[in-house]
Amino acid sequence: MKSKKPLIPYAIWMAIFVVIPLIMIIVNAFTDKSGAFTLDNLERIFFKDPTLRYNFLNSLKIALISTVLCLVLAYPIALIMARQKPSVQRLLHFLIMLPMWMNFVLRICSWLLVLQPDGILDVMLRGVGLLSPGQSNPLYMTETAVVLGIVYNYLPFMILPIYTTVAKIPRSLYEAGEDLGCSRWNVLKKIVFPLSVPGVISGLTMVFVPAMSSFVISMKLGGFALMGDIIDNYYKGTGGDPHLGAAVSIVLMFFIILSIALMNRFDKDDDVVLA
Amino acid sequence: MKKLTSIVLALAMLLSAAALFASCSKKETLVVCNWGEYISDGEDGYMDVVAEFEKKFDCKVEYVVAETNETLYSLMKSGSVAYDVIFPSDYMVEKMAKEGMLAEINFDNIPNYKNILPEFKGLAYDPEEKYSVPYFWGTVGIVYNEKLLTPEDLATVENAKDFEILWSENYPNRIMMFNNPRDAFGVALKTLGYSQNTTSEAEIRQAAAKLKEQKFLYYMDEFFTAMPNDSLALGVYYAGDYLTVAAENENLKFVIPECGTNIFNDAMCIPKNARNQTLAEKFINFMLEPEVGRDNAEYLGYSSPNAAALEIMDEEIKDDPVAYPERKDSWEAFRDLPEETNALMRDLWAEILTDNK
Amino acid sequence: MRKTLSWLYFGLIFLFLYAPILIMIVFSFNGSHNITVWGGFSLQNYENLLHKSKAIESLWNSLVIALLSSLGSCVLGTMACLGLNNLKKSRGLVMNISNLPIINPEIVTGVSLMLIFSLLFSGSVGLGFHTVLLAHIVFNTPYVILNVMPRLRRMDQNLYEAALDLGCPPVKALWKVVMPELFPAILSGFLISFTYSMDDFIISYYTGGTFQTFSVFIYNSLKKGPQDWMLALSGILFVAVLTILIIMNVHDIRQEKREAVKR
Repeated sequence: MKSKKPLIPYAIWMAIFVVIPLIMIIVNAFTDKSGAFTLDNLERIFFKDPTLRYNFLNSLKIALISTVLCLVLAYPIALIMARQKPSVQRLLHFLIMLPMWMNFVLRICSWLLVLQPDGILDVMLRGVGLLSPGQSNPLYMTETAVVLGIVYNYLPFMILPIYTTVAKIPRSLYEAGEDLGCSRWNVLKKIVFPLSVPGVISGLTMVFVPAMSSFVISMKLGGFALMGDIIDNYYKGTGGDPHLGAAVSIVLMFFIILSIALMNRFDKDDDVVLA
Repeated sequence: MKKLTSIVLALAMLLSAAALFASCSKKETLVVCNWGEYISDGEDGYMDVVAEFEKKFDCKVEYVVAETNETLYSLMKSGSVAYDVIFPSDYMVEKMAKEGMLAEINFDNIPNYKNILPEFKGLAYDPEEKYSVPYFWGTVGIVYNEKLLTPEDLATVENAKDFEILWSENYPNRIMMFNNPRDAFGVALKTLGYSQNTTSEAEIRQAAAKLKEQKFLYYMDEFFTAMPNDSLALGVYYAGDYLTVAAENENLKFVIPECGTNIFNDAMCIPKNARNQTLAEKFINFMLEPEVGRDNAEYLGYSSPNAAALEIMDEEIKDDPVAYPERKDSWEAFRDLPEETNALMRDLWAEILTDNK
Repeated sequence: MRKTLSWLYFGLIFLFLYAPILIMIVFSFNGSHNITVWGGFSLQNYENLLHKSKAIESLWNSLVIALLSSLGSCVLGTMACLGLNNLKKSRGLVMNISNLPIINPEIVTGVSLMLIFSLLFSGSVGLGFHTVLLAHIVFNTPYVILNVMPRLRRMDQNLYEAALDLGCPPVKALWKVVMPELFPAILSGFLISFTYSMDDFIISYYTGGTFQTFSVFIYNSLKKGPQDWMLALSGILFVAVLTILIIMNVHDIRQEKREAVKR
């Protein structure tokens, strides 16, 4: 068991499918159509192209709102879950996992069904008289709908890691705190929260990264493009500029890796809890 | 536990063996990339063209769809696909031919080319008749839902001078626009009174500003479900597809504004990196058979350039003023634009989509 | 009071998580032509799904890809762990590179893989089943490593040494001593890989060429808006997922009870 040899296949594998592809993207970002070196793509992102900059900031805004919303909604759930009997915990854990197993695209399809004009929501609101016939709900094709879609898709990814860390806190710690005269709120603030930081951080990462690079959700529910859609548009859509697409991908990637690194500084443990 | 694992493993082996077996079938394959709803697929009693071709030539057709000419172009440029037959529109044929992306077709393998009406041969996009075979032609116009429009708007649209009605404030989230830059800019340019083939930066910027004034639903294939189920009040789309949805919902009407519109020709081409050019030529020839051409045209509602097909076509469809209108001078065909203009349009298009909320 | 409030809150969140899915399932039994207007109970949508041979084919594609890629990732990942365990200084670096495909935004991973695949498989091979399979192994292997590595590090290394001292050949010792110890971790790595693989859309979309997995097929069809057969599909999928998860959980509970009895 002292041999390093078993690593060799995976090392070669990573070189071909992880390292070289990234180098290829970087090379593409610094070249133009004829293959000559250029800084133009990056200049466009940072200085010349107000649309791209706006889009980046808009994606950031929506990702931050969705991530914070997920955290606020998820934390109480994790606390409540951790307080139950083990069998109940298992059931709740199961119920939270279940929607994640439904296909990503089908989950978006379900929201379309609800929100689209003359969709389920419209029919229901008309039924109770909140909308007059012919009127449609004001949610569809808005930023709110996009945030809703993102929160819906990624909420379980916030609940589960927080729950995992909170559930590990021994009961005796709560009791000790209460015995020493701490209010419930103080127990939460001084004992539970600090101990759950690793879970919170991995939850934040797991929601923020996909939200920031969101693809499909915003186009389907909001009618506007976010970072993922923009990159897709350069490669497979009407944009037709893979080199600029590569530059945008690189910038997005460095931004995200930087923010993950930054968040992890708040966590003394250096393992990132994934899934 | 061990039992469970061995079952899982055995199942996996079985599946992979089956997968290998399935992918090893000896038949020739042809990869066809068409637009959505652009071939007769066996519905409404018409021929299932792809299945019929597979049967006749004992091959397998992988049939996929792209949304727009620009997407097709990006996909081909990305190197991730190799199609055998594609259906680009006029200006895209011109662009692809210029960039050496198309194979020269061997017309000896396409005897049915004689069925094409002479006025559709050797058009500006392929003057030497080297790269393309006409498939359909058609126009762009306003599609509206009589039931959902206010009486005043209805009166305006019935005698539409231009596409201005699409900028109405009365139907939030119920007006659709083409989700591709060329067609969308074309509509805005025509409304402003400019040529759809303009290369003037000022005019194109003005058109972009015009598009930004309205919050459109940028749709392509969504048209086929959204229009007939009353979720759209107004839109702009291709005449042939209007005829398809009009068959499902009698409140839908079509009008070409006085300011003129785009008249397009879609063609069948073979990309240079096609894997099976001979079979591709057989496919194109098959599409020009009179019965195939007729079934496609009757089912799709698009206008056929195929004389042999027109001869055996249902009179009522042949005389339909939407499908076979009298041509006007104000109608323009798209031309391939210089790269600066395309780049400008692409950038503005990204802006428009980002802004759309 | 506090308890009622917390259950009420729980109920609201669950309503949010389940309402869209339940609506899809209820409306999958809709008999009306218009999918959002209730027109009485019918199995018509399910019948439509049966005639949608491409949808069924794509579901099959996804299952094959998910199974094979999870198996591949388990083999590759476990081997990598055995080697990684003996690295000293560079382990952190290797782990970081290994995690890149799952830390990176999916679209960046997808695009980068598309670039390498169009280079490797240019010409007549092209993208398809094989590239999607490779791509799924790329993003599944890190999950297997993240599961197996901690287990391996917690394991008593002396067991293996003892087996060797007793004259057991290394390969056999690995198979008889180390593997059983790692097995639960590998299995959970397999399950996570399988789940992610079934759920993946973006990477398959970028690496598939004209080969369509289930997600890609639905995405392409969704361009025309939600369709009746999609509802039927989600109904079937929900029941399938529910059954699998219940079987797995019951299995787990039994296992735990058995272990508890042993102690």
